[in-house]
Amino acid sequence: MNEPEIDLRGASDYKDRAFAKMTAGAAGVVLLILGLIAMTITRRSLPVFHEMGLGFFTTKRWSPPDSLFGALPFVWGTVFTAAIALLIAVPISLGVALFMTQVAPPRLGKPLVYLIDLLAGVPSVVFGLWGVLVLSQHFDLGRSFLTAGIILAIMIIPIITSLSREVIDTTPPGDKEGALAMGTTRWEMITETVLPHSAGGLVGAVMLGLGRAMGETIAAALVIGSALGQMTVRPLAPGNSMPAVIANEWGEAQDLHKSALIALAVTLFAMTILVNLIATGIVQRSMKRGQGT
Amino acid sequence: MSAVGISAGATETAEIFVVPDLTAKRSWRSVKSAIMTSLMIASVIAVAVPLVAVIWAVFARGLQAVVHGFPAFFVDEIPVIARRPGPGMGPAIVGTLLATGAATLIAVPLGVAGAVYLHEYGVKNRFSRLVRFMANVMTGVPSIVMGLFIYVTWTLRFGYSAFGGALALACLMLPVVIGATEQMLKLVPNHLREASYAVGTSKSRTIMSVVLPAALPGIVSGSLLAVARAAGETAPLLFATGAATEYNLNPFVEANTALSLQIFGNATSSFVAAQDRAWGAALTLVLLTFLITLVARFVTARFARRR
Amino acid sequence: MIPEDINKGLAERTGVERPGVRLSVQPPPRSADRAEKVAAAQTSVVFDLDKLEVYYGAFRAVRNVSMQIFKNEITAFIGPSGCGKTTVLRSFNRMHDVTPGARVAGGLRYHTADLYAPHVSATEVRRRIGMVFQKPNPFPKSIYDNVAFGLRSKGIRGKSEIDSLVEKSLRGAALWDEVKDRLRASALGLSGGQQQRLCIARTIAVGPEVVLMDEPCSALDPVATAHIEELMRELKSKFTIVIVTHNMQQAARVSDRTAFFTTEVDAKFGLRTGTLVEYNATEKIFSNPSDERTEKYITGRFG
Repeated sequence: MNEPEIDLRGASDYKDRAFAKMTAGAAGVVLLILGLIAMTITRRSLPVFHEMGLGFFTTKRWSPPDSLFGALPFVWGTVFTAAIALLIAVPISLGVALFMTQVAPPRLGKPLVYLIDLLAGVPSVVFGLWGVLVLSQHFDLGRSFLTAGIILAIMIIPIITSLSREVIDTTPPGDKEGALAMGTTRWEMITETVLPHSAGGLVGAVMLGLGRAMGETIAAALVIGSALGQMTVRPLAPGNSMPAVIANEWGEAQDLHKSALIALAVTLFAMTILVNLIATGIVQRSMKRGQGT
Repeated sequence: MSAVGISAGATETAEIFVVPDLTAKRSWRSVKSAIMTSLMIASVIAVAVPLVAVIWAVFARGLQAVVHGFPAFFVDEIPVIARRPGPGMGPAIVGTLLATGAATLIAVPLGVAGAVYLHEYGVKNRFSRLVRFMANVMTGVPSIVMGLFIYVTWTLRFGYSAFGGALALACLMLPVVIGATEQMLKLVPNHLREASYAVGTSKSRTIMSVVLPAALPGIVSGSLLAVARAAGETAPLLFATGAATEYNLNPFVEANTALSLQIFGNATSSFVAAQDRAWGAALTLVLLTFLITLVARFVTARFARRR
Repeated sequence: MIPEDINKGLAERTGVERPGVRLSVQPPPRSADRAEKVAAAQTSVVFDLDKLEVYYGAFRAVRNVSMQIFKNEITAFIGPSGCGKTTVLRSFNRMHDVTPGARVAGGLRYHTADLYAPHVSATEVRRRIGMVFQKPNPFPKSIYDNVAFGLRSKGIRGKSEIDSLVEKSLRGAALWDEVKDRLRASALGLSGGQQQRLCIARTIAVGPEVVLMDEPCSALDPVATAHIEELMRELKSKFTIVIVTHNMQQAARVSDRTAFFTTEVDAKFGLRTGTLVEYNATEKIFSNPSDERTEKYITGRFG
């Protein structure tokens, strides 16, 4: 056999390998950033833990001049405003989602989606501005937990609504038609088929809204009232939350004070990540189950 | 109420039949359903009302501030003395554009490249799954935490600047761009990739010349939505950009400002003049965000049609 | 009995009125015969397969395929669904690289080169061994850019050079006259048959030696199919063609040699694995197959 030797080597292989490495590096940047975030802010928060130990989380008083930093009121404030926000937002979001999927005629579908997207597109600081200058003044609510809760509710409605819509849409039409064929009213059909099927996913959607409400800084900072040391359940009282106090006190804070604020950020970070993780897990599991039916 | 009838044309045996009554029943069940439906409609209104109220307030009060001696509002510097009435927000507009623009230039190429790896190279391997998971976690990071992070790593070393703000915004945008791009890459049909490989094209060239162009409209619109969100962010900039009142066209040096920062700062001011400027800035910001979102929708509509 | 339509196809090709009707199962040809034939054809061997196997993960999809593909011939792979004919075809141009978990074992030589040696560049392989797919898959680009794409991948830059190669390839695919006035129009506006000819033009533009075709006509109507079959006969003089087809009449009409694959239960896995049953000149396969399974398939008793 005197065939010429065929050369099957190629130069493009080097280019391919470099390209692959480059894109892998870009993907790795995500890990890099998250790792850096965790490391740097934890480190900067250590001074206040040195000073206060775990009492940081249990002390009720927050007094920078006395180097006394108790995070409890702010953790409470964050939870309280988030709870108010959920109380308002969840029924409304659920109502809108159900309306869009079960009641609305098809032509209304798209404008409603635009409406929701429009709401989602307004920057949070503009909501805060409106809250401070319009809502709290005109409705005599002042700056309080309630005002903050309302603003937060407006801001998390879009995300809970869109996610709920997605989950509700996975209800098998067969189940719904079966219920209707047995003579149920529309509401009964919803409670018998749609809600049980979507329950898990809806919980997940609500939790994602919760995560967002907890982390939302600016709107809260503007309207919450910045009161110190208050741990009340009176919604009309001025209050404070973790992101709000960080934003409001940062400008004038000195070293230990700054460290304390950073420690608050770490706490907030941990809490929102936990909520988001649980929520994503629930939503994913329910979507998978829904599609397997 | 049912009717009993006797069939016409009766023969030996008359047939008696009952006419079914199909009128709607006025029972508690149907009333309840109607109530629930009205509640649903009420919630839609509950969503529309605050939106309309906010947009109305922004336009009504903002236009006042802006139209007064137009175009001064967009061009003049920010009055240092807050009490002084009048324009403008020029430096804030520039600052927003600088920070957002720089953030886009950083986040989009990085995000697209990362998504390319996730979908085209390591679809199922452990590294990819970790990156996807962490990107998801990253979307949940409160913007204030991102701001503090940039503060301790950048601002402390390099001072306030628009670029510091851009870095923080880029961190917020990155996971969104990765997610949107990966979605779009999944939609590119595999037979296009096979066609490219089959004529002797390397993988990198296939991705650059076939896959990315096919996914481009979706990537652009997804990224634009991330840009619109970034333009409205305040918290990250608080810790990175500062509060200048003069124009600063250099993103790297010296404090700058942004529309969102100005709104935040002026909202709590006791001076009406400052509040007016805040409304004007809010109008500008909302228009800017709206414009970007419109472009994104236009891109999707125009280019997705080619399928 | 041989199905009438296959008989007609054979008659068309060979010019013989009623080619072989004897259908008793014959013993396989003596190995000496075969070796002689192979030795005579040695210099024109393009592919040499030696106990080729293809795995998807741990599952062995194809086993024990040994055969040779000869230059400037049209070789057809036929067989029931799942018999591995496409799997074997795709191993010729390293397309399994693109499928995660796919692995080729055994010997596969292209002329003297081992296609799966570690230093071999798949891109280089595919420049010499092109492929046309079942469903026409033109790029969402212009007709011109579709054909020029492979050329640019090869590094050819000059506009006039690309222009002339594009024309040459479109002529070679019998498409030039229909598209010469609208080269810049989108390729997606062409009919199915035209798109497939465009894909053929795109493939031959880079100047391969082999053109693999994976059921190229299954998505096309009979008229378009006839065009493609005629094109194949023209292309045979310049290229070596291997075509997978589920249409036996087509194999009888166009191919010089035919390989019949089938599935059998793999003792090792308990699943069905593809394997080569019989490979010979097309007339022989369709008029006088040596294996009972071949006979069953072409007379339509299964598959």
